[in-house]
Amino acid sequence: MPSHDFLPSEQPVQLLDQDGRRVEDPKRAFPSDEDLLRAHEALVVGRRINEQAYALVRQGRLAVYPSSYGQEACEVAAALVLDDQDWLFPTYRDVVSIIGRGVDPVETLTLLKGDWHCGYDPTEHRVAPQTTPLATQLIHAVGVAHAATLRGEDTVVMAMCGDGATSEGDFHEALNFAAVFKAPVVFFVQNNEYAISVPLARQTVAPSLAHKAVGYGMPGERVDGNDVAALLSVLGDAVHAARSGAGPSLVEAHTYRMQAHTNADDATRYRQDDEVAAWQGRDPLLRSKAYLTGRELLTDERTAEIAAKAEAVATVMRDGLMQDVEPVPGDLFEHVHATPTPQLREQAAFLADELSREKVS
Amino acid sequence: MAEHEKITMAQAFNQALRDAMTADESVLMFGEDVGALGGVFRVTDGLTAEFGGARCFDTPLAESGIMGFAVGLAMNGMRPVVEMQFDAFAYPAFEQIVSHVAKMRNRTRGALSMPITIRIPYAGGIGGVEHHCDSSEAYYAHTPGLTVVAPATVADAYTLMREAIASPDPVVVLEPKKLYWSKDEVDLDEVQPGIGRAVVRREGTDATLIAYGTSVPIALEAADAAAAEGRSLQVVDVRSIVPFDDETVCAAVRSTGRAVVVAEAPGFASVSSEIVARVTERCFHHLAAPVRRVTGFDIPYPPPKLEHLHLPSVDRVLDAVDTLQWDDV
Repeated sequence: MPSHDFLPSEQPVQLLDQDGRRVEDPKRAFPSDEDLLRAHEALVVGRRINEQAYALVRQGRLAVYPSSYGQEACEVAAALVLDDQDWLFPTYRDVVSIIGRGVDPVETLTLLKGDWHCGYDPTEHRVAPQTTPLATQLIHAVGVAHAATLRGEDTVVMAMCGDGATSEGDFHEALNFAAVFKAPVVFFVQNNEYAISVPLARQTVAPSLAHKAVGYGMPGERVDGNDVAALLSVLGDAVHAARSGAGPSLVEAHTYRMQAHTNADDATRYRQDDEVAAWQGRDPLLRSKAYLTGRELLTDERTAEIAAKAEAVATVMRDGLMQDVEPVPGDLFEHVHATPTPQLREQAAFLADELSREKVS
Repeated sequence: MAEHEKITMAQAFNQALRDAMTADESVLMFGEDVGALGGVFRVTDGLTAEFGGARCFDTPLAESGIMGFAVGLAMNGMRPVVEMQFDAFAYPAFEQIVSHVAKMRNRTRGALSMPITIRIPYAGGIGGVEHHCDSSEAYYAHTPGLTVVAPATVADAYTLMREAIASPDPVVVLEPKKLYWSKDEVDLDEVQPGIGRAVVRREGTDATLIAYGTSVPIALEAADAAAAEGRSLQVVDVRSIVPFDDETVCAAVRSTGRAVVVAEAPGFASVSSEIVARVTERCFHHLAAPVRRVTGFDIPYPPPKLEHLHLPSVDRVLDAVDTLQWDDV
């Protein structure tokens, strides 16, 4: 394939403009009304998850929360374009995607609550554990995809990362392995402009992150990350290509982290309020709502239904996280190895004895 | 007893890989130069021809990628065996090993296991240039979740590799480069003690030498030399660094009351210092002298023309034994 076929479009693909008006793009299919309604519902739920998680941090029920507020279109589209047999590889910021894939919200937040590291069984909904060391999960995604290929299974893997992660060596190794083994992986980069405090300009001087794909011999595309219609279309095409044996591709979504890196961060130290304000008008929810309302697809009744669904998820989060589950000290030793070593059995007994004596005294 | 052909340790590793791949289709062997070439030490010789390029294959030249690829394959039902071409070339994979391979079972409370075998040709004594002779066992042994073995005999090379591949957990197999071409007549069907077990290689009554991997032959040679001088040295082959066999090692030390640990890695904060600590904690009242160590110096691995000054030698082991307070002054 000539290398120009791998190049991303001149501008990020946009199918809905900032005011929710449809943009014609002959190269991209516009999602169906049904898909857009489903995506809008997921957006509203996703926004509610972010708001509720933020509140739970303030109430001391979550240790930390890296919010995807403002990036919900990326979050929901990544989950919606996958089938049951596919895999999602999320980062720590992708709670909304994980819940969108069907994982229990309370199990999803176990890591950030601090009860355990990964609270869900990754094999149940085919969602890998959230990974905090950047880009390391991308190469795992390639391995999962290659195992599926070896067994002749119809599995596509969505491998997510942010703009900062594209500077890591594992980003390079993952894309190169995927291309060499023609693995069915979609690398989905949410470029939200900042890696904690460091702006994109310090990560790369490449024309775009999507251009990096060319160097690996795979197609790259960029998309308006606050346009759920464009994301469904572009990510859907990438998944379809991977599923049909065309190999991996890279999709860069241009979006913005509306809140600080986490609640522990102070974004006013490194970015200006007017920069943030400029992105408020580009909110992904406003756009899909305007389009669907204009098409008379989003009735008052439907809006109320969606709000109720979002509230139900928030209630599950609140109820689950307000409960104090006593962590089991013995779990510290239980899963280090399939069978604990004699040394770990000794240490587990030591701790159990120490705890039993504390209870007595 | 049936006659058996003499084979090298490299051939024993190769046979273990072949038998494991025959027994279980999910076993995959990959890394750098492991395909057509058969590995720079020929440990994977003939595997691609026998099992095909989908089962034994070369990857892009990227150790972190190789290890992370193994993680993903293991997540999705495969049993990967990876070759890190040389000890000191495995460091780019270190983050994947420490952050994911070692932690995945614990992180997911057992939902995901990592049946990965990490083959690392290790240690020196082969005249290798810089970055080809590191003893990196302490890094791996210090990482909770990893099993670490270092075979010293041809029979153990086969047994420990088979056990590593069959293990539901990640196992680092430290293959002593210096011993790849050592030969022995072995019955591969004979059951050897498994991972987690140390063995007494030579009985003795005066002092115990504790060694693993490349240092076991040194310890045995030292015991021979000591015997000629009328001193009876026992030799314990640790074999399994993690899990460590406290029971066998401590029983041996208690039986003689004196011990020297022999290992070629730098001694500071090392596996050898851990062994001394464990033995001292558990056998103090049986000891007639402090436990001594013969280790490499705390220096970067030397160039080939100087490595003999760094490596434990028979003389150094015998000198250490001589200092074990044999006579009251």
